[in-house]
Amino acid sequence: MNLTRRSALAGVAAVAASTGLAACATAGGGDDDKVKQGDTSAENPLGVSAEAALEVVIFKGGYGDQYAIDAGTSLKQKFPKVAVDHKGIQGVGEVLQPRFVADSPPDVVDNSGAGRLDLATLVSAGKLTDLTSLLDAPSLDDPSKKFRDTLMPGVIEDGTFDGKPLVLNYSSVLWGVWYSKSLFAKHGWTFPKTWDEMLTLNDEIKKAGLAPWTWQGKYPEYLNDPLVSLAAKAGGFELVKSVDNLQPGAWQSPAMLAAAEAIHQLAVRGHILPGSEGLSHTEAQNAWCKGQVAFIPCGSWLEGEQQAVTPAGFDMVMGTVPALTGSDKLPNGAVMAASSESFIVPAKAKNAPGGLEFLRHLFSQKVARGFAESAKALPVVNGATDGLSLSSGLGSVAEAVKAAGPNVFSYKFRTWYAPLSKALDDATGELATKRINPQQWAERVQKAADAVAKDSSIVKHQR
Amino acid sequence: MRHGKYRFLAGALIVPLTLYGAFVLSPYLQAFQLAFTNWNGVDSAPEFTGFDNFSKLWDDPLFLAGLRNNGLMLLVVPLAVIVLALALAAGTRGTRVYRVVYFFPQLLSVAIIAVLWQFVYTPNSGLLNGALSALGLDSWRQSWLAEPNLALWCVMAVMIWSSVGFYVVLFSAAMESVPGDIMEAAAIDGAGPMTVFRRITIPLIWESVQVGWIYLGIAALDGFALVQIMTVGPGGPDNSTEVMGLGLYRTAFTFGKFGYASAMGVAIFFLTLSIAVLLLRVTKRERVELA
Repeated sequence: MNLTRRSALAGVAAVAASTGLAACATAGGGDDDKVKQGDTSAENPLGVSAEAALEVVIFKGGYGDQYAIDAGTSLKQKFPKVAVDHKGIQGVGEVLQPRFVADSPPDVVDNSGAGRLDLATLVSAGKLTDLTSLLDAPSLDDPSKKFRDTLMPGVIEDGTFDGKPLVLNYSSVLWGVWYSKSLFAKHGWTFPKTWDEMLTLNDEIKKAGLAPWTWQGKYPEYLNDPLVSLAAKAGGFELVKSVDNLQPGAWQSPAMLAAAEAIHQLAVRGHILPGSEGLSHTEAQNAWCKGQVAFIPCGSWLEGEQQAVTPAGFDMVMGTVPALTGSDKLPNGAVMAASSESFIVPAKAKNAPGGLEFLRHLFSQKVARGFAESAKALPVVNGATDGLSLSSGLGSVAEAVKAAGPNVFSYKFRTWYAPLSKALDDATGELATKRINPQQWAERVQKAADAVAKDSSIVKHQR
Repeated sequence: MRHGKYRFLAGALIVPLTLYGAFVLSPYLQAFQLAFTNWNGVDSAPEFTGFDNFSKLWDDPLFLAGLRNNGLMLLVVPLAVIVLALALAAGTRGTRVYRVVYFFPQLLSVAIIAVLWQFVYTPNSGLLNGALSALGLDSWRQSWLAEPNLALWCVMAVMIWSSVGFYVVLFSAAMESVPGDIMEAAAIDGAGPMTVFRRITIPLIWESVQVGWIYLGIAALDGFALVQIMTVGPGGPDNSTEVMGLGLYRTAFTFGKFGYASAMGVAIFFLTLSIAVLLLRVTKRERVELA
């Protein structure tokens, strides 16, 4: 008796000591105070409690947070008693990491910006709510249409991890090669359809006294985008999948090697503005805006980013990356697209149904149109920009979406395997400065991909 | 009465000690604890993985690149700063204006220094390339921070530039406390200025120099802020400016491996500690007592 009591006491002491030790950085919490899902109805398909508070944390970056405030207002019109606690912040990761650890996260998070939490880590730690019930709920604007059918192609897939939809991105980002319409008109140039035409045009541009290309050398990932786009066009969706699934030899496949060769040719033929490898994104983009350079690779945020320094009448346009070969597997308009501004509902959210309902309002026509107008970016909601008069750049992006139709591709490895992205960035920086050739580039990146595949501490995903 | 004194001391110390414990000691202890786990930064129950994280360090090419680069910085930066600072302190004795000028970089935050120097080094409109062209040295123009062979040296130049001023002031103050009559006596005995400097000034200010070695040794093992803001990548091109601190940051916040990053932190902690102790031992000299 005495013995058992003593060992029981010792056990309690040990537990107390270990929890004491584990306190702070990694202490978890219970979820007893969760708001239960209420009754569902046609009016309230997600079973939102009419009175529970809702905490929303939004990354307030380049796009601002007005659209999320609008969504909160829209939700309050339907549920006047719900207190929406809106926080627009920067450094989402620093603020929310301890709360995820303690299992007391907010109800909706826009996990974006430089200091965001690593999405792959949140997913593998099981910290996110499955969004299927939201996707299958009727949309706010048209109850006969499911929520999932109001989104652009690829958006749900973008946020799906191993078959489970966990993330919904709000802003659609396309990657392409940008040029000034007025500059091209002045010289009588047209945007090339194939990479061979691109190289020929580059020679012509050089003769006119301009540098054909520049890139944001300080951040080599900018040049990866046209490279992997070219590879995807030549190799099709199978190639994209094989890269993301870390298949052996994917980076050394003929399409990928040809794409590396295509980018290497820019450097070999002297088509790149000298010094580009040392320029920050601002410096490179400003040189382009000043008309010193004809082309720059970038995502569709470029117009917003350059707003303050773009001269009047510059008329920037995003062209889709040209075809790599005459026998590409994807048609010419195919474009790399992804979505950003990652909205999640944490698994341990106190008011998860409220969080999902918030997203239903966020992705409604009215809020999305407001986003297009205030943030100058393309929301992922179908038809949200119809009838709006778009600026030159955003207009070209919207047209590219239409022209691509179903031929929109996106790579996942950047989100899934950060160490592989790092190795790819390094290798591409070396390729563009001719310090390595395409074979060496492919060898290096493949080695990094193999290392990730072998590393048991990195959680693997399949698509 | 005695009792009251202790009560007063305890009362005065409790707040600072609690703050120190909560914000300095406890994070350190937690980092040591996390170094033995596979914590990913958001999990509430990380697994204990023993010494796995530490054995992984030995074949992590990024960490080894950081170790190599920090090693080179440790060889170059302290020596260069101390030699320069001694020379400038000796050369500007009595002229305070220069000291203010040299000290100026000390007033700027590292972030501002890094941004300023990035503009100096930038290839097409940078001050450095501009100056070279103005001198007719067009062939010397470089993409300074984008050349793997030059980038780390460019970073070290900034480190040296930004810390020299502080040591000029430190050494100048020490030199002023060297009694003039000793110098005079040496000069009368026929010692030239170099001999006076080597045989008299240096030994008499050695304690300040020793402090300099240790501070600079510790600084050379860091370099995170400059590299993070200035360099290509950052840490590039192709990891030629990778430092251990940057690797730690990336491992934690980009790769989501907080346990492994803590192991890096623990390794850096012991490395820095050993080097500080080593420098203290190596630079130890008999103290000169001035009557």
